[in-house]
Amino acid sequence: MTIEKAIEVNGLSKSFGTVKALDKVSFDVQRGETFGLIGPDGAGKTTLFKILVTLLDTDEGTATVDGLDIGRDYRAIRARVGYMPGRFSLYSDLTIEENMEFFANLFGVSVEQNYDLVAPIYSQIEPFKKRRAGRLSGGMKQKLALSCALIHKPSVLFLDEPTTGVDAVSRSEFWDMLHNLKKQGLSILVSTPYMDEASRCDRIALCNSGKILDIDTPSNMVKKFDGNLYGIKSKEMYSLLKALRGDKTIINSYTAGEFHHLLADNGFDAERLKQELTSSGHKDVEIKPIVPLIEDVFIKLLSNER
Amino acid sequence: MNDNKTTNISHIIQVKDLTKQFGSFTAVDHITFDVKRGEIFGFLGANGAGKTTAMRMLCGLSFPTSGSGTVAGFDIMRQGEKIKSHIGYMSQRFALYDDLTVMENMQLFGGIYRVGKKEIDRRATEMLQKLKFASERNTLVGSLPLGWKQKLAFAVATLHRPEIVFLDEPTGGVDPITRRQFWEMIYQASSENTTIFVTTHYMDEAEYCHRVSMMVDGQIKALGTPTELKQQYNASSMDEVFRTLARGAKRGD
Repeated sequence: MTIEKAIEVNGLSKSFGTVKALDKVSFDVQRGETFGLIGPDGAGKTTLFKILVTLLDTDEGTATVDGLDIGRDYRAIRARVGYMPGRFSLYSDLTIEENMEFFANLFGVSVEQNYDLVAPIYSQIEPFKKRRAGRLSGGMKQKLALSCALIHKPSVLFLDEPTTGVDAVSRSEFWDMLHNLKKQGLSILVSTPYMDEASRCDRIALCNSGKILDIDTPSNMVKKFDGNLYGIKSKEMYSLLKALRGDKTIINSYTAGEFHHLLADNGFDAERLKQELTSSGHKDVEIKPIVPLIEDVFIKLLSNER
Repeated sequence: MNDNKTTNISHIIQVKDLTKQFGSFTAVDHITFDVKRGEIFGFLGANGAGKTTAMRMLCGLSFPTSGSGTVAGFDIMRQGEKIKSHIGYMSQRFALYDDLTVMENMQLFGGIYRVGKKEIDRRATEMLQKLKFASERNTLVGSLPLGWKQKLAFAVATLHRPEIVFLDEPTGGVDPITRRQFWEMIYQASSENTTIFVTTHYMDEAEYCHRVSMMVDGQIKALGTPTELKQQYNASSMDEVFRTLARGAKRGD
């Protein structure tokens, strides 16, 4: 019998002293799915990863990985998962090649045996295989860490903030690599603080302070957004923002780049606002309805919480 | 002591052909640009493009191999110490001491920049009130949430009222609401004529800047307002502009 769910999490809670790192978290990841945990530092992402890869005990709740219980079957789980921690955790004194062989040996396989799976990634750093891991650039370390996490051909891959601190182009290339792994049937749980990476996942959980705010596909998240969102700009962006805060038909307004975003209630009239702002001295006022981004969704959910 | 300050009313940074070599490697290769007073200037580039090296020279932490320029009116080739004491600097990795309280951090950094004790107290109280942090003045910084720390770090970096603040990836890992509050602080500082020089990996943040420069392989490949750059590269977002430029990179990561 094949198990449909790669990961199943029911009511997981974990506290460190008085800090509730995870607060009754539940979700599941389907087989072959790329599931993203999206949220800032302190959301509980790393704690959740550590519990699921059986490095940390839970206070409450249950979870399975590949159909196995994280408490009872922890040994079996360790053999089946690939885990790339947020902090670089390979041996700096070993070369690229030695790190690969070390991890393969730990899992009782050889590098040659599963070479096909890692080849698209590993081949990019293989020309430097005699170089020590500690002397690699950030992008190369990232590729080596992913290769090491894959060398035993895991069925579920856990990637904790693999793209943090990496520039936009390298981030995009990393997601291309994950997409290729997904095509080979791998189930992937990946976390990121970058909301613009949400669209690269099949489904996402938006999380903050140990809680999941919502779970859905990225496109549904945006579709579900109920509210009138506008973009607004003028010559003086800071005084504009202050003016928006005084308008009673505006529920929320915040900086968002070239345009500020504002969430309006049903009594909002863009023309009236524009006239009012112009007559009070704001220059080149432009207002337009906009389609929300995942960040807008997140901000709305978070504002509801607070 | 005479500050030997070169006064330039409109430009807070002016550099010409700034270059830094490490052995045979040219980390920064003849960069020329200027930053206006009160401007929010985004300094972008891929990992390994030379941003950090360039920023270290602008902050007076490292002397250029060749080139010329001024920061806050001081000569970049000779007056590194002067530059250091006249700018503000905030990095993502280390900004405040976790085992000092909010107020102690303010006193320490204010003291380093030679602000008088009473004046530190006055400015700190005012800043904490503005941030709605007044009740946390005796809280250990280590126990504060990351978002608060970052906002506080910005306040500390500007306590000595520098004319320019360098922010090195100030918003990494913070939640979207805090990230926006942080940018609001930046806008406010800019509206009060403080210059902001900022690096970031969030491409949407490039859109917040008045002007943006893009570094590739040690050189500034593009510089302009976000609107100009988007037009020039026929792109709908700064992310696209960045991709177009960074894909041509030969070195780095």
